[in-house]
Amino acid sequence: MIRLENVSVQFDQRHALADIDLTLTEKRIGVVGANGSGKSTFVRLLNGLQTASSGRVMVDDLDAAKDGRKLRRHVGFVFQNPDNQIVYPVVEEDLAFGLKSLKLPKEEVTRRIDEILARYDLTDFKAHPSHLLSGGQKQLLAISGVLVMEPRYIIFDEPTTLLDLRNRNRVKRAIDGLDQTVITVTHDLDLIADYDRVLVFENGNVVIDDTPANAVPKYREMMA
Amino acid sequence: MIAGLYIDGTSAVHRATAGIKILAMVALGTGVFLIPDWPVAAAVLATVIVLYPVSGFGLRVLWAQIKPMIWLLAVFFAVQLWLHDWQAGLLVVTRVAAIVLFAALVTLTTKTSAMLDSLERAMQPLRPIGVNPQKVSLAISMVLRFIPVIATVASEIRDAQRARGLDKSILAMVVPLIIRTLKMADDVADAIDARSFDPD
Amino acid sequence: MKTKDIVYIALFAALTAALGLFPPITLPVTGVPITAQSLGPMLAGAILGARRGALSIILFLVLVAVGLPLLSGGRGGFGVMIGVTGGFMFGWAISAFIIGLLIEKFWNHLNVFNAALSIVFGGIVVLYAIGNAWVAVVADISYWQATVGSAPFLIGGAIKVVIATAACLAVRRAYPLISKAG
Repeated sequence: MIRLENVSVQFDQRHALADIDLTLTEKRIGVVGANGSGKSTFVRLLNGLQTASSGRVMVDDLDAAKDGRKLRRHVGFVFQNPDNQIVYPVVEEDLAFGLKSLKLPKEEVTRRIDEILARYDLTDFKAHPSHLLSGGQKQLLAISGVLVMEPRYIIFDEPTTLLDLRNRNRVKRAIDGLDQTVITVTHDLDLIADYDRVLVFENGNVVIDDTPANAVPKYREMMA
Repeated sequence: MIAGLYIDGTSAVHRATAGIKILAMVALGTGVFLIPDWPVAAAVLATVIVLYPVSGFGLRVLWAQIKPMIWLLAVFFAVQLWLHDWQAGLLVVTRVAAIVLFAALVTLTTKTSAMLDSLERAMQPLRPIGVNPQKVSLAISMVLRFIPVIATVASEIRDAQRARGLDKSILAMVVPLIIRTLKMADDVADAIDARSFDPD
Repeated sequence: MKTKDIVYIALFAALTAALGLFPPITLPVTGVPITAQSLGPMLAGAILGARRGALSIILFLVLVAVGLPLLSGGRGGFGVMIGVTGGFMFGWAISAFIIGLLIEKFWNHLNVFNAALSIVFGGIVVLYAIGNAWVAVVADISYWQATVGSAPFLIGGAIKVVIATAACLAVRRAYPLISKAG
């Protein structure tokens, strides 16, 4: 369960988020809004990349203000541009990167890496230079790098924006197949069409909070 | 990934540990300066040259190491000949050649990964003064990861500037390149933090 | 040191390596080559400041030393590092540090004059002092003779000072990193 209690975020005098009060228990949550509406700030709070200026952010029993490190392991984050998320020059090394901080035995590290590579048909690319993967493969590697950490929640920040249609569909299938609770920020409204709940942000506030069937048409009207 | 300059082999020189080879290199470099005698330097140079076939390298590899410095050595010899005598010239030339050829041999016979491993070991005692080997190895990996990214960004910028007729300006290349890659660096840092990098 | 600092350091080490990919321009008449790579230490110092700038050049040099062909012309390894021009390479790290130190000092009222002055002092005066001393020892000539020998390279140095100054001021407006570091 994610709980925000009267959370505000301020950048220089300006409110990026104003007094948000929310409880999220659904397994699939979509977050939409125009650029600068506060939706990215909102999801960055959930993994501790952004700290609240006031109020409290809780994910299960973790307090974002106190348990920063634990929170980052608990809540994975996949960014828009996989090029900026892949840290190591070789696929396998990149997957091992996050696992280092978990101090797992070597066999467990190998097992998790092999399992995730097989899951996304990347086994043949294990020793491949990561920058030579296709756009879709890179995004799957970025997702894999988060999944090997076995988080309970995964946030996707515009995961399909830079992909062509085929790769977008591949990534959508990958996201839909996850057991974890997923929170997706996107401009691609079909991506969240079958989600449980959609939040629409505007000027740092949640202006619509409903099922996709109700929220998406209203949002389209708002943006017209 | 960028390939190192290492050439595979099984010779004794290849098998010697990176640490020993680096120590030998430092000793040789210091030694030829402590004994400023051209026959000594020439003997050292001869030994170094013999080590090339011993390591399984032919004349072609040896020449590739000498070639870039041959003109400079000729100039050095001429300067010494003009200022002093031919013995002085020979000393300078054999000394530089011996040092550079041995250092090149160390590079040719030692895998980059073995060098990095001994580097990591050598850093351990520096921990108390704030050197964190994990941070250093993260930084090294990121350099290798960034080089191809920078090359790609650079060619995108070149295309964009060519379209505006600015392709002759180095500044029109360098400034957007730096700003774009700095933005990327911020995102990469976020991603590393999001993946709970925790070196302490 | 924050994660961000580590990434910036790696970025400028990579940038210095990437500058080595540009083919050198050979000056007419003298035949002296100008490589873009020595722009790296100037940019690292002027944009990242003393500490991060120097560390990024040290990181670059470490990678060259362990055998990666990152120097312009695809050179690398210990041979070039301790060869004739080795002093200039070690000098790069010090030059980045000094440029960074001066730029930090002038930061709040940085203009084209004091930025150029900082880069000339660290990137030319200090760098050539170290590099020429090394050449003098290796070639067994006097310091003065080494200085005369390196003079033709100052043409390239001057061009790089102009580029680095302009880049430093432009990046300062768009993406100031030194004031943030405090």
